[in-house]
Amino acid sequence: MNEFSLVLLAASVVATAAPILLASLGETLTERAGLINLSLDGTILLAAMAAFAVAHDTGSVGLGFAAAAAVGGAVAALVGFAGVILGVSQVAVGFVLTLMCRDLAYFLGNPYSRIQGPQVPPLPVPGLAELPVLGPLLFRHNAVVYLSLLLVPALWWVLYRTKWGLEVRAVGEHPEAAYARGIAPRQVQMVCAVVGGALVGLAGAAYSLALKPGWGRPQGAEGIGWIALALVIFGGWHPVKVALGAVLFALLQVAGIPLQEAFPSVPAQVFQVAPFPLMIFTLLFMGLSQRESVERWAEGRPWAKRLVGAFRGAAPRALGRPMKGG
Amino acid sequence: MRSRSFETLVAAGLVLIFTTAVLLLTGAPPLEAFSLLVRGSFGSVSKLARVLTVWVPLTLCACGLIYTFRIGLWNIGVEGQVILGAVGTTWALRAGAGHLPPGVLLALAMATGVLLGAGWSLAAGVLRTRGGVNEIFAGLGLNFVAQGVVLWLIFGPWKRPGVASMSGTVPFPPELWLPNFSWGRLSPVALGCAVGALVLTAWLLGRTRVGLFLRAVGGNPRAAHLLGLPPERYLLLAMVMAGGMAGLAGGIQVTAVYHRLIPAISSNYGYLALLVTMLAGFRLGPVAPIALFFAGLNVGSVQLPMALQLDSSLSGVIQGASVLAVLLAHGWGVHRARRQA
Amino acid sequence: MHIVLDDIHKRYGRVHANRGVSLEVRAGTIHGVLGENGAGKSTLMRILAGYTRPTSGRILLDGDEVRWRTPAEAVARGVGMLYQDPMDFLAMTALENYALGRPWVPARELRRDLEARAAELGFAVHPEMPLERLTVGERQQLELLRLLSLGVGVLILDEPTTGISGVQREILFAALRRLAEQGRSVLLVSHKLEDVEALCDEVTVLRQGAVAGRAERPFRTRELLEMMFGQPPAVPRRVAGAPGEPVLVFRDAWATGGRAGLRGCSTTIREGEVVGLAGVEGAGQNAFLRLAAGLNRPYRGGVEVCGAPAEGYRRLRQRGVAFLPSGRLEEGLVAGLSVLDHFALGRTRIPFLAPWRGAAERAEGAIRRYRIRGEPGTPVEALSGGNQQRVLLALLPERPRLLLLESPTRGLDLESAHWVWEQLLAHKARGTTIVFSSPELDEILMVAERVLVFHDGALVADVKAAETSVAELGSAIAGKTPPAPARTPSPEAVVEAP
Repeated sequence: MNEFSLVLLAASVVATAAPILLASLGETLTERAGLINLSLDGTILLAAMAAFAVAHDTGSVGLGFAAAAAVGGAVAALVGFAGVILGVSQVAVGFVLTLMCRDLAYFLGNPYSRIQGPQVPPLPVPGLAELPVLGPLLFRHNAVVYLSLLLVPALWWVLYRTKWGLEVRAVGEHPEAAYARGIAPRQVQMVCAVVGGALVGLAGAAYSLALKPGWGRPQGAEGIGWIALALVIFGGWHPVKVALGAVLFALLQVAGIPLQEAFPSVPAQVFQVAPFPLMIFTLLFMGLSQRESVERWAEGRPWAKRLVGAFRGAAPRALGRPMKGG
Repeated sequence: MRSRSFETLVAAGLVLIFTTAVLLLTGAPPLEAFSLLVRGSFGSVSKLARVLTVWVPLTLCACGLIYTFRIGLWNIGVEGQVILGAVGTTWALRAGAGHLPPGVLLALAMATGVLLGAGWSLAAGVLRTRGGVNEIFAGLGLNFVAQGVVLWLIFGPWKRPGVASMSGTVPFPPELWLPNFSWGRLSPVALGCAVGALVLTAWLLGRTRVGLFLRAVGGNPRAAHLLGLPPERYLLLAMVMAGGMAGLAGGIQVTAVYHRLIPAISSNYGYLALLVTMLAGFRLGPVAPIALFFAGLNVGSVQLPMALQLDSSLSGVIQGASVLAVLLAHGWGVHRARRQA
Repeated sequence: MHIVLDDIHKRYGRVHANRGVSLEVRAGTIHGVLGENGAGKSTLMRILAGYTRPTSGRILLDGDEVRWRTPAEAVARGVGMLYQDPMDFLAMTALENYALGRPWVPARELRRDLEARAAELGFAVHPEMPLERLTVGERQQLELLRLLSLGVGVLILDEPTTGISGVQREILFAALRRLAEQGRSVLLVSHKLEDVEALCDEVTVLRQGAVAGRAERPFRTRELLEMMFGQPPAVPRRVAGAPGEPVLVFRDAWATGGRAGLRGCSTTIREGEVVGLAGVEGAGQNAFLRLAAGLNRPYRGGVEVCGAPAEGYRRLRQRGVAFLPSGRLEEGLVAGLSVLDHFALGRTRIPFLAPWRGAAERAEGAIRRYRIRGEPGTPVEALSGGNQQRVLLALLPERPRLLLLESPTRGLDLESAHWVWEQLLAHKARGTTIVFSSPELDEILMVAERVLVFHDGALVADVKAAETSVAELGSAIAGKTPPAPARTPSPEAVVEAP
């Protein structure tokens, strides 16, 4: 493989990672505030359908993205309302919405199945696109990809360098204590749910308007929501580590394509399930590395200690638990 | 009790309004669609037989889920457990055909399905207890893996002579089919399995110590340990019960319904059973009627694409909306009671 | 600031937590709010701090009536509270905790401000340290500094001496005296007489949600006790008895758990002994108990119970070892299950069918004998803390050989605590060995025959209760001038405490 095609491959990893980044970082924000939005897989599909339908009917890709963000935000708002305000199990509501949004997407999207529609145009960054290696790698994509890449430092900055981010983390840790300090925990959680959900919605649009253009049953984005949820755990609820996980995952997805070509007799669906055992193994690795015995084993080995430390990431203490009283 | 029925009424109203809105959004006539759903499911004896055929696996899976919910586990892997049950049964039938009398072979094949389903469930359980992997992600991942296994089998080792296709493996000879009632395509053995699972679960959870232990471990594993119970063992027991019942459902799909292994052998019944159990408030009592309602929706919606050019996923929308509405209505009631206190 | 609470009522459903409480605090004084658990002290203070809204009644600050909607409003008007369950953020650094709930200030400036305020009151702070690595006392100091930096004129402290060392208590009290001299009003909520007697100018005693009496310095202990309980509770009698064979042997045991873990602990405990474990929270006492119960394994060294290695909690349980955790609803009981369910579970051998009949008898017997206020069908979470503790005690096996108790009277009022000890010491009369931890030195000296003191994971002192004092134990707990380990005579104790 020559250098040029290697760069192209890397560039396609960046493009493939875009929706996964959007979804997993959106969920990271939501979970940092203590709320689990389990509905990602269905939300992405419903948003993808809405984005395609709106873009098709209006001819405007921008409106399609707006619709996707609105759908994602609305579903998340429902999870937030049920979980934060009513105190219903967030897992239960999220799971039901996962299934329902998927079916709703298939049902409402039926007329748009397998038809041509608009797509996001590529948007090379003037000047930077001509750089060797870096140009094709990072600067000849569409606006969604740039957005997903910018989101990584942006979310990090918001969470760790702003007053609001501090408050978000405080609410996820101990909502009652946050309330005692003049923060409105439920309000913060609702905002994080809606903003995070809107990002998840954009991930859906990134599929139906860019990465896998069009709509159908199946669309091809099925399962990604679960991967994004697992990536949040993998990244220890830290935006940069979550993003690394997302890129790593995209790399494996892209690397799978040549593999699939090598075994033409094996149906494509078999390759499509490959990410999931991988997901289990990474979570298993995470789970085992948290064990006390592993920690003690790593104690005398600097490299092992650094490895275990890199994967250390505690969930927000109040994750999934609504605020009491107040 | 009055507030509970009031909540149910509110929830039913919400579902009706929501579904009508969705239908209007696609430009479909809501009344016609609703009547089609009813006529298509309970309109004739043969249709009722088809509804009951769906009711059987739904009830089996939902019964199994009662065990896992009681101990506080989200056994989302139930879908994969159905698939593995079907795979196990198919394997046994293929291996034993011609060597054993059909009756014996059928029984052995169903048992193999139960074992494989339980084993698949146990895998998710062990990942949780020993590996610290959340059972939602473990189960979900295993569902996708199970789907991959079925596809690989159908297109690989078990493919039809000549060309492999999505239509599945070669059908078994009729002597390896579970017999039907004379009045419709419904197997009395399958029906008996579902009723048996209901009775067994009611007895185990209501009359023996198992139910108490599951509740204790689910309520507080640390306290249960200090009180002298082994939480891990009960977690795995619940997973095995759920997986076994789901595996039986898979075996029934093979022996009584499709008479072969097809890619969509689980027909999403596992996920649907999760909704059934949630709508039943995680109690066994309402499982049977709710499963019947869901099965009716599933069968009724089959005609939607032909008659009204609508996608059959409308049933899923109604089912999901029902659970969501009940969750919200109940949550609202609790919320208001808390406010007034 | 001058505070008046006027006829405060608070109802939670059917529970009437405050029944017309009135209270006045003059500016520049330290006012004690004394009462047993469940007397309504915390509810009243949460109302004053804006965390809870009263059902009726008025709050007057310097003569103006105020109505808080949130705690932040109260802080803005100068009323701040240190809650009993710390309202801080364990995963965040001290500085982040300090920054939360105030207008944005650059980190460097904020840090300087924090350090200056800490130096003024003689507190030690570690701005970049995550809170989970600080002691309860250090977290409390930080929270106090935070409230002061927001300019509060009224400070409410809810049970501030629970879980902190004697040294930290002295530092805290000195700081509170200085704050009062500067004209601030301090409200100290406690169920401990010695706190109130040591610090307060005035005291209001609450009983069952209402004011039971008031007193001014100098206080008469008997009078206060009568206000709290009606009549002073009887002190449990010690039971005499000579120690027998070794029951629990630690040989250079190292383990994780708690803040400091356990580091190289060696000791022998004999049949019939009552041993108290002292130390600040997480200094090694609970790690010690959990090792002995087989709930944790030493990663170095060994632990033996009745001559066999302490492995496997369930196996030890069958050999007569019983463990009582301090977290009642966290580890002891299962919320959602009834009292009866717990008795069905607590039996070692339950028949497969119908476990209820024997359990029902036991539950009813226990409810009578342990005076539990509840029915067999009552869910345990609906019981009060004291009654939950009684259920846990009733669940202990009939004739244990070794009782391991983590803070057995945590959160109980004096009367209940003494009652609990009477029950436990009755076991000793039958030859049971009792090992318990407690944050209260007075409690340890009252019932224990022998005291083991832990500091930072190490066993630093092993003394006879009759030959020591609160002051001596207090300095050992703080890690200062450990008294020479006075070993109890034990021929085969080959390894010594480091």
